[in-house]
Amino acid sequence: MTTIVVFVEHANGSAKRGSLEALGAARALTSSVVAVLCGAGAEQAAGTLGKHGAAKAVVLDGGAWSPDAAASGTAAVVKEQQAKGFLASATSTGRDLAPRVAALLDSTLLSDCTALTQDGATRPWLAGKLVATLRSKAPVLCATLRRNVFPVREDGGKCEVLRGPALGAGKATLEKVEPRPAGKLDVSEAPVVVSGGRGLKEPQHFAMIEELAAAFGNAAVGASRAVVDAGWRPHAEQVGQTGKTVSPQLYVAVGISGAIQHLAGMKTSKVIVAINKDPEAPIFKIADYGIVGDVFEVVPVLTEAIRKAKAHG
Amino acid sequence: MKIIACIKRVPTTDLQPRVAADGKHLDASGVQHMTSFYDEIAVEEAIRLKEKQGGEVTVLTIGPSDVSKELREALAKGADKGLILVDPAWTDRDPLDTARVLKGKIAELGADVVLLGRVATDRDNAAVGPMLATLLGWACVTDVIGLEIADGRGTARREADAGLETFSFALPAVITCQKDLNEPRYAGLKGIMAAKKKPVEEAPAPANTSQVEVVKLELPASRKAGRIVGEGAAAVPALIDALRNEAKLL
Repeated sequence: MTTIVVFVEHANGSAKRGSLEALGAARALTSSVVAVLCGAGAEQAAGTLGKHGAAKAVVLDGGAWSPDAAASGTAAVVKEQQAKGFLASATSTGRDLAPRVAALLDSTLLSDCTALTQDGATRPWLAGKLVATLRSKAPVLCATLRRNVFPVREDGGKCEVLRGPALGAGKATLEKVEPRPAGKLDVSEAPVVVSGGRGLKEPQHFAMIEELAAAFGNAAVGASRAVVDAGWRPHAEQVGQTGKTVSPQLYVAVGISGAIQHLAGMKTSKVIVAINKDPEAPIFKIADYGIVGDVFEVVPVLTEAIRKAKAHG
Repeated sequence: MKIIACIKRVPTTDLQPRVAADGKHLDASGVQHMTSFYDEIAVEEAIRLKEKQGGEVTVLTIGPSDVSKELREALAKGADKGLILVDPAWTDRDPLDTARVLKGKIAELGADVVLLGRVATDRDNAAVGPMLATLLGWACVTDVIGLEIADGRGTARREADAGLETFSFALPAVITCQKDLNEPRYAGLKGIMAAKKKPVEEAPAPANTSQVEVVKLELPASRKAGRIVGEGAAAVPALIDALRNEAKLL
């Protein structure tokens, strides 16, 4: 039985959802899944991984976060376990760490995969305008997995927690984190994304988008490239080929006409709603539900309706 | 200071791609090319570092000979020399192979800072920068939106899911550039003229050692046709009904 090592991110003693998805993807291929965790609270998080598919968890102690030190420690676990696979979630940390681990294993990396097999993966090219099925001849199959694609398993058993060697000193070390304001979700992890575009006319009208997002409760605010380039919104919120690719349960496009670069970044969303005054806007070609109308008239009414729907469960 | 910016030729982002007859490659007919969006930010940051600290900017790429067009654009903006590792089939290289080829050349040239885009907008791997740093044994910060270099050390702010992270490191270092790092300049006429006299060298790229084989390349499944539920605010109840009873989302 081949072994797959999964890098597990955690916060406040519990593993992050993307990492649980990666454990589930590994468990679908083998029963020998080894989690690697580092940082404060790792041991507590490690103890919870059994039911999500991990048979073992290796905890690596270390000082301040350093991706190169963590990569060295993780690659050492892959070698020690003679693993044939290495997975991480395609989070900002996973996408930073996994290429380093892969390079240390003389293996290439398949990034942001949407399906995984014993010897390959499926992944988007050109921000999802094409889908490539790839076979890897790397000594270790290394991949990062797109979030919200692979299911989290809850049916596993016990997980043995082991302590690995402490991490060495890193070449780049984390000095400071300025957290996102409380309650603000990132577009690439939120189950609902409400995005605004040029149809909002003025930057201050994004307040309307924020209110609609708040009405959903679990929504992040997104933006089209046009309004990011105009300086209305930060690049972190940009959805599309030169921004983030998202696949939420629900994507609401407000005043976004739907340039091909934007559509590439959001068309794998489960359900797409578009509100635009132009009935010919390309966004309506991929939207499940469209409302043709003035966003200033429609959005406040929609916000109130979502608020009521949420309040009544 | 020795600065190297690595760029990649990619299809323009407005491309509506077609799959070639072999079912494994992008149909190249009618494809226009550009420097990958984020690599332009890397070139700009390289020139700004040189303007602040002095030194020399080399722009390095793997590609066909006529990628000199993209290199000349970087030279017109203020880079000093260009170097093409010639490979007409450059897109067949996987991230590890690309990192190995760049590593070989950079180790030979020497550098204090190597800048790359955070991701190339064709294959979207976002892997070459951190792989290159790992092979060189150098520090690396990815997705950087703020960079300070002084006295052989650097600090870089990166855009992470949880917020902004600040890293410190000693040079030499590899930095991958995110959009908010800078606003790339346009080349002026003077720069374009000057670029004609700047050197662009060519050397053969080492053989491709990629570990990835394309089994199949396809257009994504098209979405099931949706519908317009109505016009104006009066359509909101119909939308709520659809989200609740069809999509089961509320």
